[in-house]
Amino acid sequence: MVNLKGKPVELRVPSRMGYEKVAMGTAASVAKLMGFPDARIEDLKTAIAEACINAIEHGNRLNDNLCVGVTLSAHDDSLEVTVLDDGAGISKVPPKPDIDRKMHGEEDARGMGMFLIQSLVDEAEWVKAGNGKGSYVRLVIRLDKESD
Amino acid sequence: MQTETKANIDQIADGNGGRVTVLRFSGDISSGSHDALLGTYTTVSKSQPVLLDFSKVEYINSSGIALVIQMLMEANKNGQKIAAFGLTPHFQKVFTMVGITKYASLYQDEAAAKASI
Repeated sequence: MVNLKGKPVELRVPSRMGYEKVAMGTAASVAKLMGFPDARIEDLKTAIAEACINAIEHGNRLNDNLCVGVTLSAHDDSLEVTVLDDGAGISKVPPKPDIDRKMHGEEDARGMGMFLIQSLVDEAEWVKAGNGKGSYVRLVIRLDKESD
Repeated sequence: MQTETKANIDQIADGNGGRVTVLRFSGDISSGSHDALLGTYTTVSKSQPVLLDFSKVEYINSSGIALVIQMLMEANKNGQKIAAFGLTPHFQKVFTMVGITKYASLYQDEAAAKASI
């Protein structure tokens, strides 16, 4: 196990679909160094991928001139992740997806990203940046929690 | 950066004199997978069951899961049975979380999926 405390890892990825995998790979490497079990690393990878996809698609509206900022901060017993974009943020978290409504065409088949994020990490909050420019999602995944 | 989704169609015997279609996917299942998933599904017979083989899929995100749901919607309309196999334990968990298992059972391998159909 490597002590990464106080040494955040930062990266900026282009607002282009597929680049979320760069953030996924980096986060997986950091989590492995911290000693996270493989199942929790898989949870983290999906949560970060979905956060980056939201930032790329909805926050930065696929604008190639904008980047998504990802910061990975190791703490004693957790990894904190922020994913920052230039969008206005969300006014409220959408309801839990309903598979029956989706299957009957009463609900968009998409729209599961935030639900997956909330389900796979220990803390998730969506924050509008104080200066009115940009927003971020903050995720926390704990080292001592076993995957379901 | 996205890995292209590839889809191959196999026909296998169901062991009871019938046939089963197997859609074998590889690469990523994401927003760019529309043609590989839904396009491929439109070409298969609607009169026999379908197995979805994810054993060579490297990455699945929520946009890709939405395409799987759209495929299940079409199958549901056709009264066609679908089962899936080859998902990692993580993606079995994710598929279960979003409720897909209500409309398509998940199996560890092809033999178990085929036996269920």
